[in-house]
Amino acid sequence: MSRRWQEALGPWFVVLALFALWEGVVIAARLPSFVLPAPTEVFATLVQFAGPISQHSLHTLMTTLIGFGFSVIGGVALGAAIGASQVAYKAVFPVLVGFNSIPKVAIVPVLIIWFGIGTVPAVITAFLISFFPIVVNVATGIATLEPELRDVLRSLGASKFDILRKVGLPRAAPYFFASLKVAITLAFVGSIISETVGSNEGVGYLMLQASSRFQIPLVFAALVVVAAMGITMYAIFAGLERRMTGWATRGMDQAAYATGH
Amino acid sequence: MRAELKFVELDNVSLTYGGGTLAVDKLDLSIARGEFAAVVGPSGCGKSTLMKLVTGLAPASKGNVVVAGREVAGPLKIVGMAFQNPTLLPWRTTLDNVLLPLEIVQPYKATFRRDREKHVARAKALLATVGLKGFEERYPWQLSGGMQQRASLCRALIHEPDLLMLDEPFAALDAFTREELWAVLQDLWLQRRFTCMLVTHDLREAVYLADTVHVMSARPGRVIETKTIDIPRPRTLETTFEPHFVDLVHHLRARIAQARVAA
Repeated sequence: MSRRWQEALGPWFVVLALFALWEGVVIAARLPSFVLPAPTEVFATLVQFAGPISQHSLHTLMTTLIGFGFSVIGGVALGAAIGASQVAYKAVFPVLVGFNSIPKVAIVPVLIIWFGIGTVPAVITAFLISFFPIVVNVATGIATLEPELRDVLRSLGASKFDILRKVGLPRAAPYFFASLKVAITLAFVGSIISETVGSNEGVGYLMLQASSRFQIPLVFAALVVVAAMGITMYAIFAGLERRMTGWATRGMDQAAYATGH
Repeated sequence: MRAELKFVELDNVSLTYGGGTLAVDKLDLSIARGEFAAVVGPSGCGKSTLMKLVTGLAPASKGNVVVAGREVAGPLKIVGMAFQNPTLLPWRTTLDNVLLPLEIVQPYKATFRRDREKHVARAKALLATVGLKGFEERYPWQLSGGMQQRASLCRALIHEPDLLMLDEPFAALDAFTREELWAVLQDLWLQRRFTCMLVTHDLREAVYLADTVHVMSARPGRVIETKTIDIPRPRTLETTFEPHFVDLVHHLRARIAQARVAA
């Protein structure tokens, strides 16, 4: 088999092997399905509850994407601002780190008090959790501009805005797209946390309901769907990254590239 | 040299950096319009600081810097620059890299879109004169180091600056490529006659290219000798083996050795 095929089929093989191992352990240890359901049972449940699972999953997907969208807009704006000015960078960074250190699950009850049970707290949580990597990456990309290049541009009479537009932002693009891959998976975590704490819709809510009724196979079916959505979104953004900023990874192996940094 | 011909003039200039290091001290230097000047000196003598002073990227602590009859108060806008590191933008093709200054510098910026075809033709012609014909659509990382440096020279010259500042532009290249680029740069200068200030630590490079070589002392840097290079142009690689050329290089080497001992 050629190397290319090996690389293309490798991930599928690992997933299948993982499911096989899981199935084997469940059969060998005779685990009851309310402790750990076998993959076959999980997929049977997935088919059986396809309607509610897809309805709740789509809700979570939408919530996640809205929160993620806000964090892209806010992240690029703030990242550009603090990347372009060292004073702003040093002033804002400690606060950002502070916010990022707060466990988001601790904020959700507060958000529910402010905005009520439902979609809004989930969107905000997704935003809060995925905002940080985007800001840091965009700021780093802009702040690490070579001093010689800055001199070249300044000696042409370039304004700060010119430098940002012509060099800073394009230069930050690889950092930005790399951060999107991380941010989108974090956004899922954020919206599901919020749905678990207080919501009446979404995968988090579905899992909470299922586990309180000891429908463990349904919990796992939902988890599989969440993982699949995460992988799909990651793949979409990895593909976008390759298309947009191929110049930054010239000559690098596609496989080595997908690990990001 | 008559005063009105002076294009760059530094009069008793000192610069102290924030940390208190005196980088250059009581430095006098003048370059005539259309002259090719080289600045040589031991490492750390403030050659790069001198570049920043002349281009207005760093303000003088004391003394006057006058360029084109005006005191330098902020970054100058009539300058082209090239460095040891070619600093081309990897997301732009070679052609687009060369066009970058025209997107920024006035008066080209205002009409860049409208006149794009004209500019592209000019950029292509310039790339052809440095031997980069056919490489316009390549990306910088697809070019060799020498080719990148040629493109960097084109970017420094496309907007027809009055003053070209070169900070050890060929230092990272191998000896053969470096000598090739001396010829390329000399040809460009003979065609266009811009005022040029070359900072280098390669004495053969300085003597080959320059009309005047200024020797700087160790830090805090000041000009300790100004040597006129009276070798007719165009100079070739053969020139560099002639006794007079070799004598000049020896003379400069001795001066720099003295400057280093004095430090």
